[in-house]
Amino acid sequence: MSNVGIVIVSHSPLVAEGTADMVRQMVGDEVPLAWCGGNGHGGLGTSVEAIMGAIDKAWSEAGVAILVDLGGAETNSEMAVEMIGEPRAQKIIVCNAPIVEGAVMAATESSGGASLKEVVATAHELSPS
Amino acid sequence: MAALNLAGLIAAAADAIAAHAEELTALDQAIGDGDHGLNMKRGFEAVRAEADAFAAKPLPDALKAIGTKLVMTVGGASGPLFGTLFMALGKEISADPDRADLTAAFGRAIEAVAARGKSQIGQKTMLDVLQPVQEALAGGKTTAEIADIADAAAEATVPMRALRGRASFLGDRSIGHMDAGARSTALLVRTVGQAIGESA
Repeated sequence: MSNVGIVIVSHSPLVAEGTADMVRQMVGDEVPLAWCGGNGHGGLGTSVEAIMGAIDKAWSEAGVAILVDLGGAETNSEMAVEMIGEPRAQKIIVCNAPIVEGAVMAATESSGGASLKEVVATAHELSPS
Repeated sequence: MAALNLAGLIAAAADAIAAHAEELTALDQAIGDGDHGLNMKRGFEAVRAEADAFAAKPLPDALKAIGTKLVMTVGGASGPLFGTLFMALGKEISADPDRADLTAAFGRAIEAVAARGKSQIGQKTMLDVLQPVQEALAGGKTTAEIADIADAAAEATVPMRALRGRASFLGDRSIGHMDAGARSTALLVRTVGQAIGESA
């Protein structure tokens, strides 16, 4: 698929899955979408391995935008991007945006065929400063 | 520096983390999300399970592999932070380091951790222990002195106001508690120092 992929990374699998449901309601199957949540051991947290898997699942040659919740999700997502390495890493961006609104807005932008830069900019507009 | 018993060092580090897991969790419960002890224990047990395989590698490769294992198994923000510390150390260190090599590599590894956490000294994090330890290494202190410096540095995070991580959400209420990551870093410094001291 040529639309930008969206990855949702929350500490909670319930938040991640629920956010993905809201994205699907807006854009259907027009946008590659994957989510992950939890530390991989049944607890709250994020897993670099799961994030790498979600990026693979939502991969698009147009790139992937990642929406995260709290700090550890961001740090682990950045680590996952680094471990995936080039050439794909340059097409993956961790967004600075609220996770639910950011994911829905980014996916809506992506569904119209926007570039990764445009998708990320749309998400970033939701974050003051 | 005498040949390092890496398998023994890993076991000692995993023992130290396991023995203090509840204390680390309690520190993290006070001003964080309360998962630090359990997360670190899971990571170091995963490293312990493959200790012989790590020990069979040249030191730089072993450190990189340990860092990767921590990244993949810890599950909180500590995973990438401690993982980056070991991965960067592995990248920078020589196969048979003397103290100067170790000091230089440690300095660059600290920079990598600071970049990963977008943090700096004085923000109530593990950096507040790593930096004094690096200075003590550079200043020729003994392993016992360095361990005491690390403990004092962790203690010195108590009056700090957290500016990074979950504790920063609490603002002034983070004051009066020790940073859990600083404490676990000091624990590891003491354990590694003892292991190196015994093999020297």
